Amino acid sequence: MTPADTLRFASRAALAYPVRTALMVLAMAIGVAAVVVLTALGDGARRYVVGQFASLGANLVIVLPGRNETGGVNAGSFVTSTPRDLTVADASALLRAPLVTRVAPLSLGNSEISVGGKLREVLVLGTTADYVDIRNYRVAAGQFLPREDLGRAAAVAVIGDTLRRELFGNEPAVGRMVRIGDHRLRLVGVMAPSGQGLGMNTDEIVIVPVATAQAMFNTNTLFRIMVEVRSREAIVPAQREMEKIMRARHEGELDVTLITQDAVLGTFDRILGALTLAVAGIAAISLAVAGILVMNVMLVAVTQRTGEIGLLKALGASGRHIRLAFLTEAALLSLAGAFVGFALGHLGAWGIRLTWPVLPAWPPQWAVIAALGTALTTGLLFGVMPARRAARLDPVQALMKR
Amino acid sequence: MAQIELSGIERIFRLGDSEVHALRDLSVSIEAGEYVAVMGPSGSGKSTLLNLLGLLDRPDAGHYRLEGRDVTTLSADEQAEVRRARIGFVFQSFHLVPRLTAAENIGLPLMLAGVAPPERAARVARALKDFGLETRAGHRPEELSGGQRQRVAIARATIMRPAMLLADEPTGNLDRATGQEVTALLEALNAGGTTLIVVTHDPSMGARARRQLLMEDGALRQDVRRPESATPATG
Repeated sequence: MTPADTLRFASRAALAYPVRTALMVLAMAIGVAAVVVLTALGDGARRYVVGQFASLGANLVIVLPGRNETGGVNAGSFVTSTPRDLTVADASALLRAPLVTRVAPLSLGNSEISVGGKLREVLVLGTTADYVDIRNYRVAAGQFLPREDLGRAAAVAVIGDTLRRELFGNEPAVGRMVRIGDHRLRLVGVMAPSGQGLGMNTDEIVIVPVATAQAMFNTNTLFRIMVEVRSREAIVPAQREMEKIMRARHEGELDVTLITQDAVLGTFDRILGALTLAVAGIAAISLAVAGILVMNVMLVAVTQRTGEIGLLKALGASGRHIRLAFLTEAALLSLAGAFVGFALGHLGAWGIRLTWPVLPAWPPQWAVIAALGTALTTGLLFGVMPARRAARLDPVQALMKR
Repeated sequence: MAQIELSGIERIFRLGDSEVHALRDLSVSIEAGEYVAVMGPSGSGKSTLLNLLGLLDRPDAGHYRLEGRDVTTLSADEQAEVRRARIGFVFQSFHLVPRLTAAENIGLPLMLAGVAPPERAARVARALKDFGLETRAGHRPEELSGGQRQRVAIARATIMRPAMLLADEPTGNLDRATGQEVTALLEALNAGGTTLIVVTHDPSMGARARRQLLMEDGALRQDVRRPESATPATG
């Protein structure tokens, strides 16, 4: 029996039972489609997050108070376990590092903004003039915070686009006075709509000078410091310079954490990659179920066609001929299911991309190859047992059936 | 040397605790080109004998020499090869593959033997013509009459030009006229030199054979040869 004959014989056999074959192909297709769609979703989420971080600016270092690493024992560790606060003075000190180009201290708090009887809860961000350049934000009207001494608490504010719409509607906002908490501030600018953004969204915040925010919330500490270094390559040496400065300022103890863009990105990349893998694994279970279905269907086929197997044996078919014919049939069913599922999966991924255009939901190459491979392997693997059973049938008994 | 030589064949089936001697100490030899009818009541071992002759079953004791070669010791795949090349089967229930056309059913042994498609097509076309099935080539078994089905089965059994044709009640499922037609066809093939061994209940069919083996309780009771001169005209 030539391979072409085996293939033709098996495909004729598969087509002879259209309902059974269609159901089988559907089961396998659902498994493969699940893998394709879910990995597309997972990988899309990963790419989306990574893309968002990349838009933050590549040569950014974020300084956080506190350190989650075990260091050596020093005098400070006996006095208190709470780290020293990050202050505005720390921020200005960091600016003295040669590789650092810009520094934006961030102070954060919740307050209320009121204007003309309208009142709402807002997030107040205290920072400096450089913040807008570090984050690549744009100002739609007026200007950003004035460039002045970090300690000066000017009574000015910049608001997000949503706030402007809610508080002023179509009236011009720049130049108006607003009340934030107990402070009266003059609006100097409105941020451009930032659209979808990761983490903080400038549409609904009030930006004030850092000293104003600290006065408002009665604190000296900073939420974090954003530092822009000269270039991407300068990140590592700049980090070392900054650590030196912070150590000197904090009595020899490095009680801040420096996070680079790459580290954050790498972490998210890893987390979401693992998530995609987990989702693919769950979807693969349906492939295993489909594999068991292939076995079941093929066992039924062997029983159904016992007489035919007996006949083939009488006509001189060897065990190998019969094994191959049934294995080929199982493989064909799996393969058809895999391709239908592949198409369905891509259709689903396309649907996701259409519904959420921001999500680049493309199934990763590895997932597609793995799904097709698994489908074929399970089909073949679970096809072996029925095929062997068919090949081992006693021809006399088999011929008596029917 | 006889074409088929059976010596001391035993075949025992175990059903639970009891043993059934389907064949006991059977020795018989059949020459090439003979026309043999195996007859006897049901349970006498006729079908078991036919299965043994067709290498579908193995004896528990004794030897089967086919064309001088001891085939009882062959492996299953070697036996399959012998079946493919030397033995043709005709069954009472035709045993056609329902999803294949008449032509494809006839071509099955050629496909199993790995004959190239062009040659296969030519041989199938000749067989269709020889058996008067040209117009039915593309029909599936369910679209054929009983007689046509058995003609397809016979065409399939002879397409490899086997040395012997084993027929198990070939007319059992056919009406009288069609049965006679099929019998004539088998006898014509026998006249062409193929050994024909028919298992039958039907005394009139058995009477047509030149040699009758009468079985009873798994043993050969009578081996009747009719003188050559009394052979009825075939066809």
